[in-house]
Amino acid sequence: MLDYALAVVTAVLLLAGAFFALVAAIGIVRLPDLYTRMHAASKAGTVGSGLLLLAAGLYSGELAVLARALAGFLFFILTAPVSAHLLARASHISGHFPADISVRDDMRMR
Amino acid sequence: MITPAAIVSTAAIAALGILCVALLITVWRVVVGPSLPDRILALDMLTGIAIGFIAVVAVRTGFSLYIDIAIALGLVGFLATVAFARFVLSRGTVGDAGSGTRRRGK
Repeated sequence: MLDYALAVVTAVLLLAGAFFALVAAIGIVRLPDLYTRMHAASKAGTVGSGLLLLAAGLYSGELAVLARALAGFLFFILTAPVSAHLLARASHISGHFPADISVRDDMRMR
Repeated sequence: MITPAAIVSTAAIAALGILCVALLITVWRVVVGPSLPDRILALDMLTGIAIGFIAVVAVRTGFSLYIDIAIALGLVGFLATVAFARFVLSRGTVGDAGSGTRRRGK
């Protein structure tokens, strides 16, 4: 019975992670400019790869492997906003402005 | 009665298919651009999808050392994005005019 519970939880995590990765990819293609695409890539993409990593750690059945998978997930959650912020700041400073559909751009006022 | 291994195997195959679609869509964004930061963002996303692939392969083969490889790939992807951001900051305005972004006249 416990095997079935573990298998179902792993299957749900696998499908949810792949679904979040697909949503992030669709967002990267469909959204209008760099700064909105960054939302899709750094939020949904991180959750997708993190859930898949968590599924792998959970299905292995060892505590050490699960701890490593959790540490990896935490690492991705910590680093994704940093890299997205660096890229957004660099591209805004170097002259790539948001699309016309954006309502306001606080950094251009300075 | 379905065995637990069959459930996980079916879900892993479905996840591999969905990840393949996501990978192809993201490669389309890398090819199309239109500007350098768009391509860098899509490459960062490709690293995340590759981490997902490695995790699904770890589930399918039961070889848990793949998780360490995925974490190492995440570290490399983060450092690559930081380095690319520095590159954009230093010389990103040179010759990558795009249709999606407007640029300051210099």
